[in-house]
Amino acid sequence: MEDLLNTPTAFRNDAYAKVTGIAKYADDITIPGMLHAVPIYSDYVYAELIAVDATEALKQPGVIAVYTARDVPGKVLFGQIIQDYQVLADKYIKTHGDVIALLVAETRVQAIAAIPFVRIEARELPAVLDPEVAMLPETPLLHPAHGSNICNEHCVRRGDITLGEQASDVVIEQTFKTQRIEHSYLEPESGIAYLRPDGVMEVMGSMQHPFSTRRFTANTLGLALNDVEVKTIPMGGGFGGKDDTAALVCARAALCAYLLKRPVKMTYTREWSMRESYKRHPYTLQYRMGLSQDGIIRFAKSRFVADGGAYCSVTPWVTWRSTVQCCGAYSVENVHNDTYGVYTNNIFSGAMRGFGSPQVNFAIEQLIEMAGEKLGLDELEIRRRNMVRQGSTTVTGQVLDTHVVSLQQAMDRVLAEIDYTNKRSQCSFGDPAQDEWYGIGMALSYRGMSLGAEGVDFNSAIISVQPDGSVLIETGIHENGQGSESAMILIAAEHLGIPKERIRYRMPSTSNIPDGGTTVASRGTILGGGAVVNAAKILKNILTTEIKTAKNIDVSSFRDSGLYDTNNELVMSWNDAIKLCYSRQQYPYAFGVFQAPKVSWDEHTGQGNAYFTWVYACQAVELKVNPKTRQVTVLNIVAAHEVGKAINPDMVKGQIYGGLATAVGYALLEDCKSENGKIVPTNFHNYRIARATDLPEMTAILIENHDPQSPSGAKGVGEPTLELLAPAIANAVYRATGKRFYTLPIRIEL
Amino acid sequence: MAKVKLTLNNETRTIDVEPCETLLDVLRDKLGMKSPKCGCDRGDCGACAVLIDGKSVRSCLIFAIECEGQHITTLEGISGDQLSILQEAFIEFNSFQCGYCAPGVIISATELLKSNPHPNLEEIKEALSGNLCRCTGYQPIFDAILKASKETKK
Ligand code: FES
Ligand code: FES
Repeated sequence: MEDLLNTPTAFRNDAYAKVTGIAKYADDITIPGMLHAVPIYSDYVYAELIAVDATEALKQPGVIAVYTARDVPGKVLFGQIIQDYQVLADKYIKTHGDVIALLVAETRVQAIAAIPFVRIEARELPAVLDPEVAMLPETPLLHPAHGSNICNEHCVRRGDITLGEQASDVVIEQTFKTQRIEHSYLEPESGIAYLRPDGVMEVMGSMQHPFSTRRFTANTLGLALNDVEVKTIPMGGGFGGKDDTAALVCARAALCAYLLKRPVKMTYTREWSMRESYKRHPYTLQYRMGLSQDGIIRFAKSRFVADGGAYCSVTPWVTWRSTVQCCGAYSVENVHNDTYGVYTNNIFSGAMRGFGSPQVNFAIEQLIEMAGEKLGLDELEIRRRNMVRQGSTTVTGQVLDTHVVSLQQAMDRVLAEIDYTNKRSQCSFGDPAQDEWYGIGMALSYRGMSLGAEGVDFNSAIISVQPDGSVLIETGIHENGQGSESAMILIAAEHLGIPKERIRYRMPSTSNIPDGGTTVASRGTILGGGAVVNAAKILKNILTTEIKTAKNIDVSSFRDSGLYDTNNELVMSWNDAIKLCYSRQQYPYAFGVFQAPKVSWDEHTGQGNAYFTWVYACQAVELKVNPKTRQVTVLNIVAAHEVGKAINPDMVKGQIYGGLATAVGYALLEDCKSENGKIVPTNFHNYRIARATDLPEMTAILIENHDPQSPSGAKGVGEPTLELLAPAIANAVYRATGKRFYTLPIRIEL
Repeated sequence: MAKVKLTLNNETRTIDVEPCETLLDVLRDKLGMKSPKCGCDRGDCGACAVLIDGKSVRSCLIFAIECEGQHITTLEGISGDQLSILQEAFIEFNSFQCGYCAPGVIISATELLKSNPHPNLEEIKEALSGNLCRCTGYQPIFDAILKASKETKK
């Protein structure tokens, strides 16, 4: 039998289109008669909007219209959790990225040329930029309807901190700070919309959540969900960053198309994208942790403050993950955590690959080593004594017994691969006699898969077999560039026993497949793949039943394009079975659903089975530091990740390399600074992400323990890859320089 | 408006351009070549790379009017009836994810292999240092180029 899932080369259904340049992304599409919309920003960070004067702008060549919040036929406010995000600024400008108006012209060049002619009158208000200040009771409310500048709070209350303090022989306290970073998807936001003759607003765009885009659009236009159809096209990267803002760019194009009855495209420049799109949350993390002489963590008290910026977006969910994972991959009996997501007038923060865990891991994975050092235990031993194992209880009271807890396995594989113990002895620790300092470092993580108690978590798949035996499949998962369609095809091929070449992934539309939620949280393969497996089961049932009724033969397996009985005798070919089905007036068509197993959460105690399954990882890094230039050069990275089952192994490794590259940026290069509420970087010359020359050799190790709760056996890999390299680098920098760095990005100051 | 005559993917084309129009905009909007992508519009990402007389050039940095008489090749022009060895290697090594960087990366790599058919890893990195990719971590791109260079005849 052909081993479909272990083909030596990567499989991508979009490979040909992408290597020949014929793949059509949003901005590559043109519609006859199409107009171009551009955003109008103001110079204000926080202000009361008094008037928008478009008189002069409308006189400019090619300009057709200028729209403000007043022109919105539906609702101006929307949001995934709290509806506080303005399609266009209405009454108040709440942040520097707010769009005040939309200008539409015949050509994009004309539209851009007319931007300076829109006059904005506003009364400046004192901006609140520090989350700690925002939380003070005397600070004016940025969203009075919410009743507080604290967008959300979460906590964990486990055991008794006082008892933990009493049992501790050493106590350490440390504050860590992490920075704001930009997703830096290579394709800036773009949306195209046109009103179809049947009255449906059709939208295509560079966004990662078609259903969210549909909700944003319908809400803005005041239409029902079935009046808006969002179609999926190739998109140039998302990393969590193409939800709210990208959805809104599409909704704004739709707004203009709706009002003008002409197709409208809105494509962002990099500058607009950096200015307006949400970022990774900057965090301040304060820890107090106690351990007894035997190296066991007796208590951990922590307080996290996340700057959510001007709008809620998914801050409550991002910060919830931080809360659940507040002690990293360690079992701690007495835990007290308070986490706050806070409104400020800064650029808003939202989903980004990693989603609330990179910040926590940066802190805890250094803290554990600092504690070990105090106790005279090395960084491996202190971890071994506290890490979660099979049957361990997490800090939220969840027992890890439904899957293989492979943290130790991941750690052992990485340490062996990188030859950790030997290399550890060569570390410089800032030795003044050396003119180049060497360091090695590692970090561990565990991560709850998919959405957990953040929200409803289910997905669906359609398998429709055509009369000639070829297959169309579709799921509620979005292709963000990660290769989800290819993974779905491989899963379907395996379960139907037919070659992948016979399966085509139908580009989904929101009018065809049910809302499957957002393609984030590394949930694509586990949720979508689960739905494909379940649909395949239903489909096989249809075929089996038809053959039983027609021929009284029991089919027991599907493989090699054939159906086999219990004696392994071929009953009939796949094609013949499909023909039989059609001749008996049965459609070989199946709709499969996968509902994530139940999770639970008590928001008062912060206890519950937060996620239905978990993944585990270890990453290690070697680097050198030049004491004079303070330059850090990363020399080698090894990463091991539990993935459940690798559906498309090369693609899984590709996910790991990509996550590591972004994590090098997070640790050492990237900083989306804000000055007086205005984002400083404007483009890639002043926002530096990792280039080819910044990266060392990387080794990806896949650990596969099929997850019994995942129908395909697979878990996920997108996000964990980016959540633990920064602390591994910090630990390596420590062993190179002898100094700890508690702030990201790491800037060597000696 | 000025007339510019150039050779695009081996075809002679004459177009009217504004003096301020970049080659990238003209390729995409007036010549129908959508493979060069706009990632930054200021020379920092390499997504817009095309070959001009065999040299990899960022098309957002030059004006179309400067291209009179030049031979321009976009990824569409490289992709004939058969994929190049490099394109095949890109597929084999999964050297793209979202694929937005791929046209520029393949152009840069094509130029590299032409001028240096057997580059080492450092030379590959150097040649690609102007091409940003946020998805792949570059490693699968390096692998594909190394593989293609082995298949290129000595
Ligand atoms: S668009 Fe030309 S280099 Fe980025
Ligand atoms: S594949 Fe997405 S930027 Fe390179």
